[in-house]
Amino acid sequence: MAQGNPATTMDEFVKGLWRENPVFVMLLGMCPTLAVSSTVKYALAMGACATFVLVMSSVVVSLIRKIVPKEVRIATFIVVIATFVTIVDYVMQYISLPLYQALGAFIPLIVVNCIILGRAEAYASRNNVWKSFVDALGMGLGFTFALLCLGGVREILANGTLLNIRLFGDSFEKWGVMGLPAGGFFTLGAWLLFFNWLRERRARKLKEAE
Amino acid sequence: MSNTTPAARKADQPNSLHMIAVLGGFSFLSGFLIFFAVQATEAGIKQNRLEQLRGAVFQVLPGATSSQAFAVGNEGFRPVEIDDPTPGMKKVYAGYDDGGALVGVAIEAAAQGYQDVIRAIYGYNPESGRLIGFAVLQSSETPGLGDRIGKDPQFLANFFASDTSPDTLSLELTEDASGLAHAVEFAKNGEKSKPYQVEGISGATISSKAVVRMLNDSAQEAVPLIRAHLDQLQKGTS
Repeated sequence: MAQGNPATTMDEFVKGLWRENPVFVMLLGMCPTLAVSSTVKYALAMGACATFVLVMSSVVVSLIRKIVPKEVRIATFIVVIATFVTIVDYVMQYISLPLYQALGAFIPLIVVNCIILGRAEAYASRNNVWKSFVDALGMGLGFTFALLCLGGVREILANGTLLNIRLFGDSFEKWGVMGLPAGGFFTLGAWLLFFNWLRERRARKLKEAE
Repeated sequence: MSNTTPAARKADQPNSLHMIAVLGGFSFLSGFLIFFAVQATEAGIKQNRLEQLRGAVFQVLPGATSSQAFAVGNEGFRPVEIDDPTPGMKKVYAGYDDGGALVGVAIEAAAQGYQDVIRAIYGYNPESGRLIGFAVLQSSETPGLGDRIGKDPQFLANFFASDTSPDTLSLELTEDASGLAHAVEFAKNGEKSKPYQVEGISGATISSKAVVRMLNDSAQEAVPLIRAHLDQLQKGTS
């Protein structure tokens, strides 16, 4: 029924991207969010890898949801997720060795990214393939969007660059700590403040309108 | 306490065979998929690693414009292609400048780091007995801490001579040239006093010590051989 209703589909998609953004609203997947958001390039690569794994495993989990006994469902989901992560691991080495090495341990760690298992368990194992696909794509892009928000701010402040393009003149004073893990926390805190402020303002306006 | 009949309870019991079949079946499929992924990417990954090695050789031998790989044996060095398989034999890479003079020798080294094995390559100048370069080939050290062994300019100054830090790590031999006169040592940040010490990074002690260990292990073996058979590494004598 959802397949024939574009409004519902759009709603599922926007949910992950904005209303239930995995990072800014649900606060899931904090480890890679803080660790690999030091530059826009790493954020994009990490977001793409996680989105691929999320979409593929959600589709597979949704396809097999009726034949997996509930006692072994988590184990089966993990096998499915780990398979796609291993494939991503090899493909990354094939595409760009330096990028693979920059992301380092965080590619294998996608297996334990709770956004992915969370969507498999909470959504894909209860909904049809099309809805699971849309949900996973929205969540994956929402995760990528959050990584880019952090990566953009951190790269500009720590290096004065965006995607390795210099934005400022020679007098730019680099703010080194923003490239380190501590900078990740600062930036995440600032973004959370901003998004919560947006949400509260909207809630207030809705109330006033009533 | 439940008032279900034994038969109903039996139906509630999970069916072990079904569970084993599902888990086993998916694991089998997973292995199959991964096998195909490895098959499809293996050649390309090997090529990438080779490219990276070629680049790293020139990076750790500043001034070199051409290089030659050598297989290391007990009787010295034998020229080989960079991608020749040399089972059981280590390889070193000699770099030459435009005039064909030997700039230095790039040697691969590895040691257990904080997360996993760290593989690196360093450039050694046999004439001065000093290191002239260092680059990390493979590491999964903690981003922001351990991975600074490949980025931190102060740490890399141990190995890259510059105007401000002319004293890079020195590898002197004993009198009978059988080994290093002093083992490569770790020194805390700001406490380096001897030419055979490496000044570590505070916050990345385990990774810095792994670098010290790999340099020492590798140099104990390679440096005496390079000094003894230096003529084989010069251009035109092979």
